[in-house]
Amino acid sequence: MCLAIPGQIVAIVDEPNRLAQVEVAGVRRNVNVGLLDAPEGGALPGDWVLIHVGFAISRVDAEEARATRELLERMGAEYEQELAELRGSEIR
Amino acid sequence: MRFVDEFRDAELGRAVATEILGAVEPGRHYKLMEVCGGHTHAIYKYGVDDLLPENVELVHGPGCPVCVIPMGRVDDGIAIAREPGVIFTCFGDMLRVPGSDGSLLEAKAAGADVRMVYSPLDALRIAKANPAREVVFFAIGFETTAPSTALTLKRARAEGVRNFSCMCNHVTIVPPLRALLDSPDLRLDGFIGPGHVSTVVGARPFEFIPADYGKPVVIAGFEPLDVLHAIRMLLAQLAEGRRAVENQYTRVVPWEGNVRALEALAEVFELRPHFEWRGLGFISQSGLRLSDAYAELDAERRFAVPGVRVADPKACQCGEVLKGVIKPWECKVFGTACTPERPIGTCMVSSEGACAAYYNFGRFQRGERAAL
Ligand code: SF4
Repeated sequence: MCLAIPGQIVAIVDEPNRLAQVEVAGVRRNVNVGLLDAPEGGALPGDWVLIHVGFAISRVDAEEARATRELLERMGAEYEQELAELRGSEIR
Repeated sequence: MRFVDEFRDAELGRAVATEILGAVEPGRHYKLMEVCGGHTHAIYKYGVDDLLPENVELVHGPGCPVCVIPMGRVDDGIAIAREPGVIFTCFGDMLRVPGSDGSLLEAKAAGADVRMVYSPLDALRIAKANPAREVVFFAIGFETTAPSTALTLKRARAEGVRNFSCMCNHVTIVPPLRALLDSPDLRLDGFIGPGHVSTVVGARPFEFIPADYGKPVVIAGFEPLDVLHAIRMLLAQLAEGRRAVENQYTRVVPWEGNVRALEALAEVFELRPHFEWRGLGFISQSGLRLSDAYAELDAERRFAVPGVRVADPKACQCGEVLKGVIKPWECKVFGTACTPERPIGTCMVSSEGACAAYYNFGRFQRGERAAL
């Protein structure tokens, strides 16, 4: 649960509850993007975010997302475990 | 982001290592604490300490949320899980943490309805799908994780979900650091600050470390080269006689933190007067509980919990590991009676735990290796 994994926002699926569909390593799941709300606007489709326990905790650029993903892929088992847990998630 | 590519560059790694060599005074011993379990993991996995001079020692801090949960809290969780009609939810890492009478996984095997969830929002979804059952979420984590619980509780309250509650074990990072700095056990020269916690709290909460204790802090990312850079920045401060909080992880960590997250924390939680940490004992104002406005969602008010303090097992030296006083392999039961499959202490459970990281990567302290 300690990892923050990069994903890309596909669409905002529930505006009032601040839920967005994100794609992480080919898996699409819903996460909350409310922590990224800001006066200048919140997370948008196409944005890369770091996801922790079903919440986007920071916005990153595509390069940082790629680098983080590679780092996690090299971690092996723990990243696989995190992805397996994400696959089991059904946030709505 | 040119430099991110270079982070995979062995050349650059060597260059930073050489700079580190140039920044240390021979004959002086440097003890730097990496606060966060994510850094501990990176250090062992990539052998960051192999690149350091002999007199630069990395010690592991208390920043693994699973590792700091005391036995008594696990027991309280199991007591709630055994209540008839309860669905007890927690993160997967929590399942194997030993209480005084087994773990949540063992309680599940004995018939309790314990379910692993990826997110507190999954726990809320389970509550809405099972209106006749009481669904409890066992919340753990530092400021990285607590905002997620806060937003989930806000939603539960807004939607009037009556059968959902939270047993809150969230902790804050500053009080244990202050406790470590006040402890006579340990002489530290500087801190590698936690990356993800700082995305929420920002850099400012660490300013007491240079201001009150005269020690540098560098907030770092999780690449092995991030850690190496942070060490170089700490040593440069020490060499130049400067003491400040610096941010090596500006790619992700804003100086002021995440205002939205901090607002949610302030609304939903309040500080407990005391909270017990595994191996560290009670630390004042170090844990969070639900604020009065959220009282009806507080599992500790909804269920009778034993709330008994249980001493750590005799063999367990997690406290010394969490304070950086001993290395994991110096614990008498490391790798023998205590393994990731059958942990005695919490540091062996989560992959962020120092003992599990040592065990999994087979890395030993340089002194130990030299003696082999
Ligand atoms: S080896 Fe086990 S008991 Fe010893 S400090 Fe590590 S986790 Fe705790």
